[in-house]
Amino acid sequence: MERELRLMKGNEAIAEAAIRAGVDGYFGYPITPQSEILEYLMEANPAETTGMIVLQAESEIAAINMVYGGAGCGKKVMTSSSSPGISLKQEGISYIAGAELPCLIVNVVRGGPGLGTIQPAQSDYFQSVKGGGHGDYHLIVLAPASVQEMADFVELSFDLAFKYRNPVLILSDGAIGQMMEKVYLKPQKPRATEFPDWATTGKSASRERNIITSLDLDPEGQEEFNHKLQAKYAEISKNEVRFEEFQCEDAEYLFVAYGTSARVCQKSVQIAREQGITAGLLRPVTLFPFPSVRINELAGKIKGILSVEMSSGQMVEDVLLAVNGKVQVKHFGRMGGIVTTPEEVVEKLKSFFIGG
Amino acid sequence: MLEATGLKEIIKPENLTYRRSEVLVDNTLSYCPGCGHGTTHRILAELIEELGLQSQTIGISPVGCSVLLYHYLDVDIQQAAHGRAPALATAIKRLLPDKFVFTYQGDGDLAAIGTAETIHACNRGENILIIFVNNGIYGMTGGQMAPTTLIGMKSSTSPRGRDVKTMGNPLKMTDIVATLPGTYYVTRQSVHTPANVRKTKKAMRKAIEYQKLNKGTCFVEIVSNCPSGWRMTPVESNKWMEANMIPFYPLGDLKTPAE
Amino acid sequence: MAKIRGSIVVDVEKCKGCEVCMVSCPTGTIAMAKEVNSKGYFYAYPANPELCIGCASCAIVCPDGVITVYKTKI
Repeated sequence: MERELRLMKGNEAIAEAAIRAGVDGYFGYPITPQSEILEYLMEANPAETTGMIVLQAESEIAAINMVYGGAGCGKKVMTSSSSPGISLKQEGISYIAGAELPCLIVNVVRGGPGLGTIQPAQSDYFQSVKGGGHGDYHLIVLAPASVQEMADFVELSFDLAFKYRNPVLILSDGAIGQMMEKVYLKPQKPRATEFPDWATTGKSASRERNIITSLDLDPEGQEEFNHKLQAKYAEISKNEVRFEEFQCEDAEYLFVAYGTSARVCQKSVQIAREQGITAGLLRPVTLFPFPSVRINELAGKIKGILSVEMSSGQMVEDVLLAVNGKVQVKHFGRMGGIVTTPEEVVEKLKSFFIGG
Repeated sequence: MLEATGLKEIIKPENLTYRRSEVLVDNTLSYCPGCGHGTTHRILAELIEELGLQSQTIGISPVGCSVLLYHYLDVDIQQAAHGRAPALATAIKRLLPDKFVFTYQGDGDLAAIGTAETIHACNRGENILIIFVNNGIYGMTGGQMAPTTLIGMKSSTSPRGRDVKTMGNPLKMTDIVATLPGTYYVTRQSVHTPANVRKTKKAMRKAIEYQKLNKGTCFVEIVSNCPSGWRMTPVESNKWMEANMIPFYPLGDLKTPAE
Repeated sequence: MAKIRGSIVVDVEKCKGCEVCMVSCPTGTIAMAKEVNSKGYFYAYPANPELCIGCASCAIVCPDGVITVYKTKI
């Protein structure tokens, strides 16, 4: 089957990719800058074609709990929102992680805290990779840097979610959600007709009842379950680290940046090299698991790392942990919805590490 | 099994009139003695068995005393976050429209933290059954005031009785959902006497059967007791319920299908 | 005229002694035991078995489903 080339917004690409990936249900609530996902799906009306359910919930809280219900039936279900809405979903996300349900959550990040701004930011990193809600848990976090990846990561997310029975978060931002790029779309996949054996689909006579819960009042049992979760996260960390390197082979200085900041830093590498500074870029594609091993390897060969993110410095903590003192690590980032320029990144690199 | 039996000569399989439903798991219920939750569970189990719905049922348990519903009913069950059961049920029923989907919720879960989910599921006319057990108190957390606590009723967070001026009025959720066009059948029952149990079972049977019609949300409130939270014996609590709860939450159908 | 006779079986260990069955019994068949079960509850038992008419009122109000009922015409 031919891939189809379209010009789309990142938000639209996610929506279209969801239909084509055979997603069973989308449950959303409007919030800028991600409302196009819900709008696109409502307009596309996949109920008539693939049978995919699209529902505008009464709140982000209801939407994430609809995801819990659908995921508990073994269906491919997803929701999307932007930062304040994702905060509202955190209780539900914790329950989903605790009940080990596969699903996709999309965060098209805007600046915060509070109502903040509707402009792009990367200030939800901690919330995304460290848990976000209560309890010891992790999401698998994918960070797209293009409209193409917005589309591609939908199917990847569901593959990972079902492989590990774990929620997956696509951590995007308002820039990637709103910008238009060309995107190759995969052909339509049929929706699944068979469901995992743990799903609540009605207890047949041949099996025990299936229970979806995150509750275990027995502390021994709850600790054992926590060990099981941690073992799962260790397995994910072993198998699923994804990253991209750009001109790292001969680099003396390394940018570490994801998403929109990575695109900016790609240009910064070019500018730096024009000025005789051999810079490279490591772009984490998975933020959990984080490419710590590779960053540590590179840290032994370079003179300095600049972690660039549109935040006050969140990912830089994971970079510091990865580097473990091998080389100096600095952070640079704009906040409040301002996208860093490539030139100011180069200037920061120079002022931190080279002087001048 | 240690038994206390009546006349041995009558105890023969052919004389069996009533037995515990096979849809009720052989576990001792975790509820306090005399609690209406057990009776409500039993009625639900009996109906699932009698209507042959065990393989078709997906239930949703709340947060509250009945959180462990899945220990007692031998059907597929999802345990919801506090108040969110109708959101789960919405997705489950839409994704599996041929299944029988019900939520089981207490007054704190349904009428306080879950008010939005309850009202919007009913207003969308989700084709689900909502079972609402209202005993006017938070049982599991130790007897705090609920949205449905009566005026003047004492609880651990209204120790001098519910004062309308500072604590607001008891909320009649069932009356509210009956006004919504999305609901199809709305009724209020109780399970404290054999006659009421029979009426409740009849009402709940209708509510379950209506789900096949795809006509909207069915909502069954059970006005119930909380002997521990009310600090009464079970028999006293049922009498108190009759004298105080039922006059404020009168029993009967609030909305019946126009047939 | 045929007389209806009933008989109940109480699952003693699951009974929590709430007495709701006792007050619901129209014939005074049921009383609470003087001894307790292993959980410490004074369990229900058919103290006057000959009075039972097998109406199942006790069983259908029992929150714990511990009563089985038999009935026959004699």
